[in-house]
Amino acid sequence: MEIPYTISTRPDTGLWNAKIGIWLFLASEVMLFGGLFSAYIFLRLDAQPGEWPHGLLNVPVGTMNTAILIMSSVTVVLAWAALKMRRYRAYWWYMLATIMCGIIFLVVKLYYEWPQKFEHYGIFIKPGALEKYERYLGNNRRTEKGMEPRIEISGHLHNPEALKDPNVKEYEIGLDPVFVDPNNPANDRPHFLYAPPTDHIAKIEKEDVERIDSFGPWHSAYFASYFTITGLHGAHVLAGVLVFIYMWLPVSKKLYQRNPEHLANRVEVCGLFWHFVDLVWIFVFPLFYLL
Amino acid sequence: MDASTSLPATAGHHDPHAHAGEHEHHELGWWRKYIFSTDHKVIGIQYGLCGLVFLFFGFSLMMIMRWQLAYPGQALPVIGKWLPYFFGPNTMPDGKMTPEFYNSLGAMHGTIMIFLGVVPVAFAAFGNFVVPLQIGAPDMTFPKVNAASFWAFGVGGVIMLTSFFVPGGAAKGGWTSYVPLSDIADKGPGFHPFLNGQTLWLLGFIFLITSSLLGAVNFITTIIQLRAKGLTWMRLPFFVWSQFVTAFLLLLAFPPLEAAIVMQLMDRTAATSFFLPAGMIVNGAPLHISGGGSPILWQHLFWFLGHPEVYVLILPAFGIVAEILANNSRKPLWGYKSLVFSVLVIGFLSFVVWAHHMWLTGMGSTVSAFFQTTTLLISIPSVIILSAFFISLWGGSIRFTVPMLWATAFLPMFGIGGLTGIPLAFNSADLYLHDTYYIIAHFHYIVAPGTIFGLFAGVYYWYPKATGRVMNEFWGKVHFWPSLICMNVIFLPMFLQGMLGMHRRWYDGGQGWTLSGEHIWGLTGFQWNTPISWAAWIMGLAQIPFIINFFWSIKHGKKVNDNPWEATTLEWTAPSPPPHGNFIITPVAYRGPYEYSLPGREKDFTMQNEPVEPAERSRRATEPALVH
Repeated sequence: MEIPYTISTRPDTGLWNAKIGIWLFLASEVMLFGGLFSAYIFLRLDAQPGEWPHGLLNVPVGTMNTAILIMSSVTVVLAWAALKMRRYRAYWWYMLATIMCGIIFLVVKLYYEWPQKFEHYGIFIKPGALEKYERYLGNNRRTEKGMEPRIEISGHLHNPEALKDPNVKEYEIGLDPVFVDPNNPANDRPHFLYAPPTDHIAKIEKEDVERIDSFGPWHSAYFASYFTITGLHGAHVLAGVLVFIYMWLPVSKKLYQRNPEHLANRVEVCGLFWHFVDLVWIFVFPLFYLL
Repeated sequence: MDASTSLPATAGHHDPHAHAGEHEHHELGWWRKYIFSTDHKVIGIQYGLCGLVFLFFGFSLMMIMRWQLAYPGQALPVIGKWLPYFFGPNTMPDGKMTPEFYNSLGAMHGTIMIFLGVVPVAFAAFGNFVVPLQIGAPDMTFPKVNAASFWAFGVGGVIMLTSFFVPGGAAKGGWTSYVPLSDIADKGPGFHPFLNGQTLWLLGFIFLITSSLLGAVNFITTIIQLRAKGLTWMRLPFFVWSQFVTAFLLLLAFPPLEAAIVMQLMDRTAATSFFLPAGMIVNGAPLHISGGGSPILWQHLFWFLGHPEVYVLILPAFGIVAEILANNSRKPLWGYKSLVFSVLVIGFLSFVVWAHHMWLTGMGSTVSAFFQTTTLLISIPSVIILSAFFISLWGGSIRFTVPMLWATAFLPMFGIGGLTGIPLAFNSADLYLHDTYYIIAHFHYIVAPGTIFGLFAGVYYWYPKATGRVMNEFWGKVHFWPSLICMNVIFLPMFLQGMLGMHRRWYDGGQGWTLSGEHIWGLTGFQWNTPISWAAWIMGLAQIPFIINFFWSIKHGKKVNDNPWEATTLEWTAPSPPPHGNFIITPVAYRGPYEYSLPGREKDFTMQNEPVEPAERSRRATEPALVH
């Protein structure tokens, strides 16, 4: 028994089976990420003034990752085109390039961007004590200008033992540049280039602190959606890379020799999936890095 | 032609269906043939058996709960002593149910009945077994994906069942898992961080969603790509249409719930606050959370699935009932095109009615007005379908076979369920009825005597195709009549209890509630629990004839030919049971699906693969009523 239209097209629909299958799958993926993005919108609209952080992510690195993913979308199309022209060697190289792009993206995400967040702390000040830390927050000027107040002081925590030890009465935090010079108009908007925490240490008394958390998913609705969405997106990138590796290994050569069109079709449907994963990132990047 | 060497790419000019009649040359081993099979019929039967077992298990949970509702605080006789050995010592000490266990039973009853019982049977089992046969296909388009779908379902089911046995027991947040309750439940001392009821519920769900995603992709592709030659869209049996729309609902409505489940999983394991607002106090102590989340967000995402899910439950039953009504009234289904368009409209509208489950959240009158309007709109196609079914019976020479008994009983039962839903569509009426037994009665009339009667009809109807034998008719009737009576004794009084104001989640069945002292027909609201519970237990007993009949008939049922019901659709042209690859002769469709009682013919049914003769063609031209 053989299933019809696995490789050739059905005349009245003009499609082979897997092509319909992958588009349906992508439709469901749109709904999955659509659900997450609508949650993002819902939570962001609900956020109290000052609660939704801005400019905490590294924009140049994000831009680079965006470029890498777009490049990989181009190389996967070139790989497919090479197969259609029956040039297996070229296909092999383009596929390798695609796989490398995917891996670089994941490495940057997992070994550079994510771990940095866990070492960065944000201290939410009790509403009554905000005045006391005015020189770090600059809220008087912000109120005058009609901007959202700052309610959190962030940076590198110099005495992590303070988190556990009740005898330590204050946190010592190496401030992020914004809080060193809060009234500088240049700090009203997030910077394009990433600026690490400074050596300027602020002491914040524990009794003024509402909550202290590292920039993990527990920090805020913003970081919760950041880690969930980029995590799920990363899982999709990983899945794509694994499938591409399978199609690049010698086993693909055997299929190519038996039926090159079959391999081309496989690359085509997985390429469609890969484009979708890119497209999700095209939404992730502005929502989290820029807006 | 040797199938192993010829590829459609190289043999493109051949009719690809020419392969369909060929069989594998090598025999598969027992494991590959019956357990890890990729054959749609085997997978369909696997889904069906698992689903029926889950249905009975889910029903058993409710039978235990009904004891607590009728006789609150009393020890459950006979089995009460043994249940703690099965479910754990803290569930029923001395045979008396704890409130936590009651909540677990309630949550798992809903989850199991819907996601492990009805969906697998209605969609996956009947869809898998029947759809490829009805469209004349050799199998599904992606047989391996199909098997993966079944095994993902299996893993999900095992996880759900396992959750009964972890410390603290299964999920307690209701089948809707409303937050913030389910975000903070089953946590803390005495609970494992991952192996606790609620977290396992979420993990199990991820597998179940994956399973229905894979199934949905497969069904839609199969229906689009593998229809037999000549089987145009308007010649598809209505059952195929209903499965087609159902597959779209599963494909598009489940992912937002998956997103919500991922978020709840993050809330429970990674300390995020997607669904938790700031300032939560649990057990007198403030929670260390960031806040900034929204409980309403969960409800929106949940019901975005939840409402299309209702139609996932009912549309396959519509399809089954349609087939059986046409077959047993020996006349074409009335208004085939209206039925098809109605089912498409239902599919579309079911995505824009979800917030009618949320009238009490205070969404605001504008939002409510929108959802009230769409909710009332969706009743129009539903009424069209039900009316078309009733009219189909008009003037027919009805055969009251066992499947037909179930199918005809479906009509008034679904009618009651549907009409009692109309007050709930109105914000103002729902404020009073919300979360009462009225709601329970309303949706159970749709899914229990509605959908499940449709499923039983389908089991009795297609059983001869799967086995080559019919199920015993007498015992089929012994199964049917008590089930019909008990269903109504169970659910009709619940409308009254609900209108009295009895809340659906009361652990003591309303005993402690003073207003339940009001009498209806001589019994108070609380006292009505007793006849309801007895009816439930008797209905449990009434399933025994079915179980015995089902297994006994495999070997000992009456042998029948390939088309015992004298039906018209393509599945009856295949041998019973169909071999791997289904058809001996690749079918070609020449006519519509329900050509019963064509004038000028010897027999009263004309199968879809019977060519149109010249004389008939000229008659069709002059009598447009015959044209489908």
